[in-house]
Parts: sequence; C-alpha cells; structure tokens
Amino acid sequence: MNGNPYLEAFAWLGDPTHWSGPSGIPMRTLEHLGYTVLGVAVAALIAIPLGLFVGHTGIGKGIAVTAAGAARALPTLGLVTLFALMVGIGLTAPMLAFVILAIPSLLAGASSAVESADPATVDAARAQGMTEWQILTRVEVPLGMPLIVGGFRGATVQVVATAMLAAYVGNGGLGRYIFLGLGSQDYPQMIAGSVLVIALALVLDLALLLTQRLTLPRGTRPA
Amino acid sequence: MSWVLENLDVIAGYTGSHLLQAIPPILVAFVLSLPLAKLANSRGWLRTGVTTTAGLMYAIPSLPLFVLLPGLLGTGVRSPLNISIALSLYGLALMVPAASDAFRSVSRDVLGSATAQGYAPSARFLQVELPLAGPVLLAGVRVVAVSTISLVTVGGVLGVPSLGMLFVDGFRRGILAEIGAGVVLTAVLALLTDALLVLLGRALMPWSRTSTRPRTRARPRTQAQTQPQTGPQTQAGSPSPAQSNAGRQS
Repeated sequence: MNGNPYLEAFAWLGDPTHWSGPSGIPMRTLEHLGYTVLGVAVAALIAIPLGLFVGHTGIGKGIAVTAAGAARALPTLGLVTLFALMVGIGLTAPMLAFVILAIPSLLAGASSAVESADPATVDAARAQGMTEWQILTRVEVPLGMPLIVGGFRGATVQVVATAMLAAYVGNGGLGRYIFLGLGSQDYPQMIAGSVLVIALALVLDLALLLTQRLTLPRGTRPA
Repeated sequence: MSWVLENLDVIAGYTGSHLLQAIPPILVAFVLSLPLAKLANSRGWLRTGVTTTAGLMYAIPSLPLFVLLPGLLGTGVRSPLNISIALSLYGLALMVPAASDAFRSVSRDVLGSATAQGYAPSARFLQVELPLAGPVLLAGVRVVAVSTISLVTVGGVLGVPSLGMLFVDGFRRGILAEIGAGVVLTAVLALLTDALLVLLGRALMPWSRTSTRPRTRARPRTQAQTQPQTGPQTQAGSPSPAQSNAGRQS
C-alpha cells in the first residue's frame, strides 16, 4: 500500500477490465439495485396497506409505533448473518433481512401520511357523502403522498446499505469489492467499492427527494 | 444457549468495547449540535443548506464510510477510533436538524420577555431557551443513541471488536446462538440506553412528563420536508427531520 490509496482507487475505477463481465462494475451495480428494489417492493406490499389501515382507522397505532421503534434497535448485520445461517447461502436470507428492515419506515410513512390529513378536510369529505375508501384514496393518500414517498426514502437508504452485507454472506452486489479488498489487503479496491456504493445511495436518495417534491399536492405550501 | 454460558467473558468484553465506541459519538453529536444548530438557525439559507447536507450525509451507508475515513484521518480500517468518528458524523447528521427544530420550537415572545426581564444572552440561553427546547432535543438524542448503538456492530465485518464480532464469528463458525446473543444484546443495549435517556429527561424536565409535544410556532413545515416519524418518541402531527431518517441502521 504505497502511494495515495485514493488515487489508486480512482485508477482501479478507471481500469476498463473492471467494467465488463459478470463481476464488472455495471453488473454489480445492477445486482445491488435489483436487491434494493426487490427488498423495498416486497416490504411495501406488506407495509403500505397496513400503514394506510393503521393511519385511517387508528387501530393498532400504538403497536405500530412501538414495533417501528424496536425494529430500529435491531442490528442489520446480525439479521443478515442470522438468516444466512438459518436459511442457508443464497438470496433468501438477505432478502428476509431487507424486508424486515424496510418495513418500519414504510409503515410509519404510510400511517403518518394518512394521519397528517387535516381532520376538518376529512370531515368535509365525509359530509359530502364520500365512502371511507374514497376518503382514503382521494383525500388522505394524495395529501400525504410526500410522507409516503418519505417512507420509501428511508426504506431505500436502509436497504441500499444492508445490501452490501449481502455480499458478506456470499451474494453479489457492490459489497463484493469491499469484502474482496478486505480479504486481500487491497485498500484501493475497498475504497473504489465504497465510492460506488455511496454514489448509488446518493443518486437513489436524490431521485426520491425529487419525487417527494413532485408529489407535493397543489395548493399546499411549496418547499 | 450453552455457547453463551461458556463465553460470558468474551461477550462482556465485546459489550465493553461496544459501549466505548458508541457513547462518545452520542455525546459529541449532542454537544456539537447545539452551537451548529444555533448557527444554522441564524440564517435561513444556512439552515436549508445544513438540513439538506445532513439528509444526504445520512443516506451514505456506514460500511463505505468506515472504509473511506481511515485514509483521511490516518487511522486504520480496524481502528475503533475510526468507527467512533464515522458515527459522530452520523450522529451530527441526525442531531443538528433536530436541535435546529428544537430551538425553533421555542416561542420568540418568551425569549423576548426573558430579555425584557433582564436576562443576559448567555443566561437566557441556558435558563430559558435550552430548557424549553429540551423535549425536542431529547427526542433527537434518543434517535441518535439507538441508531449509534446499532450501527457500531457494522464495524465487526472489518474486524473492529464490538458485539458485531458475535455475528462475524458466529457466522464463520456456524453458531446460531452466538449470533442470536449478539442481536438480542445489541437491541437490549439500545433499548436500555433509550429508557435511561427517557428517565434522564424526566429528571431534568419534570414539566414535560405528561406531554413531550412542543408548543410551536415554527412547526408547520413544508410537506416536502416533513417525513415519517419512526421513533419511539413519535409525536403525532409534528414530524421533524430528525425523525425522518430514523429508520436506518446500516
């Protein structure tokens, strides 16, 4: 490790051999993105309906808040390794961890989105003869959309980070470079892998931030 | 289970180094966030910049940050100091927006009255502003504490001793009980610290026992900025950026 490891990392990134093949940067990035999208999507299928239900009815709100708080204390690496031992090597184990870790943000986002609707507005909708379903889908969800997207933002940040640990238990993704580098004392490669993950995380976060701004309902105060 | 009983000394050692890496960042984040938040609140553009930067900072996964910092700091990848510094940065990313919100939640009329009553600026800050901002500050510290304690374990994959080593070692050797013990202990440590902070808050701010909801004027923020609250400290209807990213641990 002579010379500046950061410069060597950029040389590593610039090497065309690292940009092709199944362990090339584009492939690893796609894998990482795939894990993230799948993990967040599965979690959303569970958490969004549940969150909307909790937010609209208020049933189980205490449990949802407590569960979300408690889930935050769970160490991600612990879940990933635990499931890997229980389920075996493969994508199922990390995917289970991704879903569990993504649920709290999504649940909190969806329920707080519904709750954030002004009670007077909701009452007005009810007085106009809207059904509960209409109130939810035409009033509460559109008004709370930025909060729902915010839940997706939190979940994505969480899963992008955890997806790196998938490489630790034998899967692909950008974490591979970090663990390969760690195993072979190749600090520049670790830096290169880190830079790639950070770039991916920031791009996704900015994209969701933008979505959040765009879903802001007209008539509410602009950002 | 027998693994746990036979290795109590190992577990105790890891718990000790875990706390040594977790506690300084929590303290550093809290103490530094106060002046930084005051500074940010003094200018609108600065506040926006700080909040945005903090949000993006929080989006950076921890492991890459643990890897990137040593070259800049001159520490090693396996150094606990490196982990603590990275976690201080995350703590600040959560705590500065929280503290900024906390100070904004203090009514200007109250501060004006305090000045009119003859409080010097420093006394006004310590005896009026800080206590009134206390409940929101506490909510922020609780998020930082739980998140920090959970994040320390990630250092385990780099070989930094903490409860995270139980995951690494347990996975390598195929000992389920070892990983289970690590998960439970980390969660217990986080929840105990959280409970301790709540008790501390009650002792220091007896007036906030019934409700931690701040009476606010600056509170109704733009919808785009408000995000879901995932913390145990959730206050319905008053989302703050500190709680926005609260769901993240790795």
